[in-house]
Amino acid sequence: MAVAASGTAARERLPAGGRSLRHFSWDSLTPFLLIAPSVILIAVFVYGFIGYTAFVSTTKWYGINPDYTSAGLTQYTDLFGLPRFQADISNTIEFTILFLAGCILLGFGAAILLDQKLRGTIFFQNIFLFPLAISFVVTGTVWRWMLNPNTGINLLFDEVHLGFLKSPWLADTRTALYGLVIAATWQMSGFCMAMFLAGLRGIPDELREAARVDGASELRAFMRIVLPLMRPITLSAVIILGHISLKIFDLVVVMTNGGPGYATDMPGFYMFQATFRQNLYGRGAAIAMVLLVMVAVLIVPYLVWSMRQEVER
Amino acid sequence: MSTAAVIRPRPRWLKPWAIAGYALLAVLSVFYLLPVYVIVVTSLKSFIEVSHTTPWQLPSAATLEPYGAAIEKLLPSFINTVELVVPATLLSALLGSLNGYVLSKWRFRGADLLFTLVLFGMFIPYQSILIPLVLTLERIGLYGGIPGLILVHVVYGIPICTLIFRNYYAAVPNEVLEAARIDGATVLGIYRRILIPLSIPGFVVVLIWQFTSIWNEFLFALVIVADPTQQPITVALNGLAGSLLAQYQIQMAGALLTALPPLVIYVLLGRYFIRGLLAGSLKG
Repeated sequence: MAVAASGTAARERLPAGGRSLRHFSWDSLTPFLLIAPSVILIAVFVYGFIGYTAFVSTTKWYGINPDYTSAGLTQYTDLFGLPRFQADISNTIEFTILFLAGCILLGFGAAILLDQKLRGTIFFQNIFLFPLAISFVVTGTVWRWMLNPNTGINLLFDEVHLGFLKSPWLADTRTALYGLVIAATWQMSGFCMAMFLAGLRGIPDELREAARVDGASELRAFMRIVLPLMRPITLSAVIILGHISLKIFDLVVVMTNGGPGYATDMPGFYMFQATFRQNLYGRGAAIAMVLLVMVAVLIVPYLVWSMRQEVER
Repeated sequence: MSTAAVIRPRPRWLKPWAIAGYALLAVLSVFYLLPVYVIVVTSLKSFIEVSHTTPWQLPSAATLEPYGAAIEKLLPSFINTVELVVPATLLSALLGSLNGYVLSKWRFRGADLLFTLVLFGMFIPYQSILIPLVLTLERIGLYGGIPGLILVHVVYGIPICTLIFRNYYAAVPNEVLEAARIDGATVLGIYRRILIPLSIPGFVVVLIWQFTSIWNEFLFALVIVADPTQQPITVALNGLAGSLLAQYQIQMAGALLTALPPLVIYVLLGRYFIRGLLAGSLKG
């Protein structure tokens, strides 16, 4: 019910914190006591820790023992000068664009098909959704095999006479990133499908009926009525999948380790390696902050917008 | 209209557009099911057959040996993950339920801002808190094993659990609470006697969501668990690839073993899983 509740359910509240009912009593403190543990944990583990990471990113800390000598912003200037980090940024952008395009096209296409009043769509729906339930590590393990030019899908293409589809996949710097996109799209496109399908099923039949009565063709009704209604859902999908995409880590570790070369290296993975494999804590912290800013640019406006909408209701 | 009445209409699913629809759905399904085929077929082959150049053929003589090997390698980490997932899921659901109750029913000034600040914690890249997290866990003696990982998953599970419960409780009419209040029920009494009995479906959504997410999680598991005997299963599965280079049959059997618990839940309770999934997009 979580979804429906956030949508249509009445949002009346108890009179401002139950004030009209409340004569001061210790019981009125109970709500604060109930949320206190969570609030403190989030304050420390989210905001405190982010602050600490920001601080570490301005130090020279290199090696196992903390070194808090100030480095100003040199970690950042050094970082943006590194070919590896430059590759990370362009990889992230390319990966995100392709991944989003793949998920939205596949997801919307599947949703439209499932929205036709065909029998047995629930069966197909489950096929498109089950990858969401499994770990990226599992996905990576299978797709690493499938996209290994010597073991996987290339040999299938040979068998079914589609040899022209063969590719070096993960083994080549020019194609490895696409391999990652395919695996990630396989896993996450069902999420888009679920969002679009919920949206399509939410369109009242009268609306489409009205368009037909007005003499609009099926296609025209689709373009004029359905597509505009999908716009907010597309935006949500872009933001939710976009932030997942920027943070991508598991698939990189499992499928490519960032290679060949830096062809599939990503900021989330470089942060891990710099910090926990090379002990470059200052640099790791700087990468983490850049990543956080990228995600925040995407997420914060969305959060604020979601909350405003809710207040308006 | 009149012709349609004379010529008996074909069943809906036999119309050309329906056939085209099914054909497209079938093509899409191949893409999603291909990896399943690979896992199942490869995991039933012997090592000798796996090294042949016919990986897409069915096994000539199916064997369960790879599963034996995978279980031997992964069973300890499977148990570790169970020991991680159960307490972490229950604790984060409990906290989320309390927060959701307060933030939906006892809205004090600034409650919405507080909620938004909590929600942000769900979206951050965890890289941005890893360094102080490791230092803190070391300081309090929880670095390196499952107990530390439980704490981490409880803390970073708070936002999503709070979100789901807050939206869920918002649908409970306030009149019920007010009536109880007039009858002298305390804040905690209302929670225990009214909200909890109503929240079973909410708990199912949250428990399934947390179970699946924590079971599948990799980054925290990799960074926080240094002790190989305490590794969760995702880390151990990834380790198989390094130690068993071309033993794809064992890797695939291990992958299936890792995927099995969340898949079973998905098959049995998929509806609730999808609710959790859509809740994560805030609006659904």
